[in-house]
Amino acid sequence: MVEVDVRGFSCPIPVVRTKKAMEQNPNEVIAVLVEVEVSRENVLRLAESQGYSVETEEVSGEYRLILTPPGK
Amino acid sequence: MKKGDKVRLTETVSGSGCACKIGPGDLSKALGGLSLLSDPNLITKLERAEDAGVYKLTDDLAIVQTVDFFTPVVDDPYAFGQIAAANALSDVYAMGGKPLTAMNIVCFPVKAMDISVLREIIAGGLDKMREVGVVLVGGHSVEDKELKYGLSVTGVIHPERVVQNTGAVVGDKLILTKPLGLGIINTAVKSNMVDGETAARAITIMATLNKTASEVMLEVGVHAATDVTGFGLLGHGGEMVSDTEVGMVIHSWAVPYLPQAKGFAEMGLLPGGLYRNRDFRAPMVEVDEAVPRYLADIFFDPQTSGGLLISVAAGKAPELLSRLRGKGVSEAAVIGEIVSQPKGKIIVK
Repeated sequence: MVEVDVRGFSCPIPVVRTKKAMEQNPNEVIAVLVEVEVSRENVLRLAESQGYSVETEEVSGEYRLILTPPGK
Repeated sequence: MKKGDKVRLTETVSGSGCACKIGPGDLSKALGGLSLLSDPNLITKLERAEDAGVYKLTDDLAIVQTVDFFTPVVDDPYAFGQIAAANALSDVYAMGGKPLTAMNIVCFPVKAMDISVLREIIAGGLDKMREVGVVLVGGHSVEDKELKYGLSVTGVIHPERVVQNTGAVVGDKLILTKPLGLGIINTAVKSNMVDGETAARAITIMATLNKTASEVMLEVGVHAATDVTGFGLLGHGGEMVSDTEVGMVIHSWAVPYLPQAKGFAEMGLLPGGLYRNRDFRAPMVEVDEAVPRYLADIFFDPQTSGGLLISVAAGKAPELLSRLRGKGVSEAAVIGEIVSQPKGKIIVK
C-alpha cells in the first residue's frame, strides 16, 4: 500500500500530493494521513472525482483515508 | 529564499487572500456581547457586519471608513497590489460612497524578500487609486514573516443615500456583478494546476473596481447591497437576511462562476475558508439536494475582491441589469430573489 502523509500541510498540498501518488501508482490502494477536517474533505472529493472508494479511520484526532482505485 | 530570486508570492504564505480571514464563527466569539459606545451619528451598526462604517458629520455629509488587507492571492507583486487596493476600495462602493483618501497598510518580510517586491505592490495599489482619483495620504508598515498589503480608505456619502446590507424587500431581485469561484481558482493556482489564460482572467476580475457597479446602482436606486468577499456568496447573502423579516432564494443555475472552478472544486482544491463559511452558515442555509455539490461549494467560496450583491425592486431589475452590462459590468446576472418565507434563511434551488 502506498502511503501519503500530509499531516501539517494546509490546502492545497494534501490534494496535490495525493493526486501525484494516484498518477504514479494508478492501480494501488493509497493510504492518506491527514489531521484537519479541511484536508479530509478535500482528499475525499479528489478520490471520489477519480472514481476511488474511500474508507475513513479516525485515530486520536487524525484521519487515515484508505483510497481504493476503481475495479479493485 | 535568497534576495534577487524571482519570488512566487503565494508560496511564501500559508493562507491566501480573503480566505485567510478569521472565520465568522471565531469572530463572533471574539466580538459577541462586548459593549460598544453608541452614537446617534453612527449610521451603520457594527453588529450588522456592514461593509464599511458610516458616520454622519452634517445633515448632508457622512464619512465612510473601511480597512482591508491580506496575504498575496497571486504571484505577481504589481497585480497583488492592484487586487488588494480594488478589494479595499470595494467596501466604500458597496455602501454607495465615493472614496477620497487612502492609507497603505504593509506587513513585509524585509530580511527575506527584496524590497523591490514591495515597491511593485505599492505601485499596483497606487495605479488603482489613480484610476478613481483617490489620494494616498500616508500609511504604516510592520516587519512580518508573511507579506500582507491593503488599504484603509475614507470616503464620503450623503447620509440619506447610504446603501446598507439590510433593507431588502419581499419581491426584490438579487443581482450579482462578478462571477464566483475566485477563491477556488486561487487555491488551484497555488498548486500549479491553472492555465495561464484562466489565471489571467481571475486577476482581471479581482483587479476590477466595483466603482461602475456602485454608480449604476445609485442611479437606478436599490434597497440593499453588499460586496461578496471572504465569507462567500451565501455568507454575505446571509448578512442581508439574518434577523430580518425576509428570506432569500438563490437560483443555482443562474449564478455566474468561472467555468474552471467546477473541475477544481470536484477535485478538492477548496480553500479552508470555504468550509468555515459553510459551517458557520449551515443553520440558515438550505441547499436543495438537486444542486450539485460543486455549485454549493462555489457559493461558499471565499472571494477576493468579488462583485456586489444588490437587492433591487423587481420592476427596476431589468433596467439595472441592462445599464450594468451597457457600462462594461458584462457578467452581471439576476441570481435570485427576496421572499417572505422562510424569513432569515437562504434557500438554494
